[in-house]
Amino acid sequence: MPRITFIQPDGTEQVVEGQVGATVMETARQHMIEGIEAECGGACACATCHVYVDEAWREKVGGPSEMEEDMLDFAFDVRPVSRLSCQIKVTADLDGLVVRVPEKQF
Amino acid sequence: MVADGTVSAAPIETDAIIIGAGPIGLFAVFELGLVDIKAHVIDILGKPGGQCAELYPEKPIYDIPGLPIVTGQGLTDALMAQIKPFGATFHLGQRVDALQKMDDGRFQVVTDAGTHFLAKMVVIAAGGGSFTPKRPPLAGIEAYEGTSIFYSVRRMDDFKDSDVLVVGGGDSALDWTLNLQPIANNLTLLHRRDDFRGAPHSVEQMRALVRDKKIALLIGQMAALEGNNGALTAVTIKTKDGDVRHPCNRLLPFFGLTMKLGPVANWGLNLQENLVPVDTEKFETSTPGIFAIGDINWYPGKLKLILSGFHEAALMSQAAHRIVYPGKKLLFQYTTSSSSLQKKLGVS
Repeated sequence: MPRITFIQPDGTEQVVEGQVGATVMETARQHMIEGIEAECGGACACATCHVYVDEAWREKVGGPSEMEEDMLDFAFDVRPVSRLSCQIKVTADLDGLVVRVPEKQF
Repeated sequence: MVADGTVSAAPIETDAIIIGAGPIGLFAVFELGLVDIKAHVIDILGKPGGQCAELYPEKPIYDIPGLPIVTGQGLTDALMAQIKPFGATFHLGQRVDALQKMDDGRFQVVTDAGTHFLAKMVVIAAGGGSFTPKRPPLAGIEAYEGTSIFYSVRRMDDFKDSDVLVVGGGDSALDWTLNLQPIANNLTLLHRRDDFRGAPHSVEQMRALVRDKKIALLIGQMAALEGNNGALTAVTIKTKDGDVRHPCNRLLPFFGLTMKLGPVANWGLNLQENLVPVDTEKFETSTPGIFAIGDINWYPGKLKLILSGFHEAALMSQAAHRIVYPGKKLLFQYTTSSSSLQKKLGVS
């Protein structure tokens, strides 16, 4: 199963196993990763599952869709590597993915 | 309760108050209506539908029995049509601030608009709580709220001759940019990208004001606040060219809504991790006469599904009938065959 690393703002790393087909947000919630709130439950409607994709993974993960880009307007401290983790599907290709949890979600 | 702590003079007297106009609050109107209980429905949003209408009006829902696919707005519209015969009164754009039991056994409900009710029973169908504007996570922001920082415009006069910074890229940010520009001393619109989600016509109008140098448009994100004693003096803005200090004394951040439990926590009910425990026979809270249905309640095995909330509304209504019509026997009937139910539904 693809392994995903979540890095907290204080540098703490948690490596968890994701399921192919699930989203990175769902993986985070399953493993109770702090800072991924996902208030809307994955409908791309709240921007509280905001993450920064590690620069090395940026190309492989890809950029946000237009709808996601709109929703990122509701996130805090948005950067070029910002994504909503509910919109990233876990695939075998993403084994080793590293994402950072922002210091603050709205 | 209104600002000075007083309550409107003449209370609205009713059988039932439903707090929350989401799908479960709406279906509660139906189930209560079948057992002859009239309801008033209160919701903080300006429209019915709750999360379905606010968070995912266009998103398909696949697990409503009998509806293979329906959008949040579609479900809301269908429920509004279904409950029409029962003539519930809606009080939208109001938050229930106070709920307490009176000496005569009824419940007093007061909203932030000062509307005052006396009801025989109360149904809390408040989902995830009240929708409130998102507060930007900037250090010390609380100190400026209500004096320099506002999440909505209640009085235009608060912005007259002020140096206003509006933040956001949707319709609220654009509308208030257009509306406040004529009365503000100066106005700047700040958005993280040069692309706006709002209505194209508003975007055009905003761009025209920028061209005419009547407003300024900044692309960047807020990073820090500056000021003292509740008076904002400047906002530090992160732009691609580095940090900019932007002097202003009014800030209007528009970052959408979030759900907070809100005043429910102050009503003296037992709570468990921000949920209201209920029994699974009547879905009644620790206070007899106050029921909780839908996402806001908790019981062993609870699933936060719309269909579970519908079931809870039906069982709640059986218990509600005993409160509103004590001593009167309730005959269990089906809408398919009962002429009396069909009369209530206006179909016979």
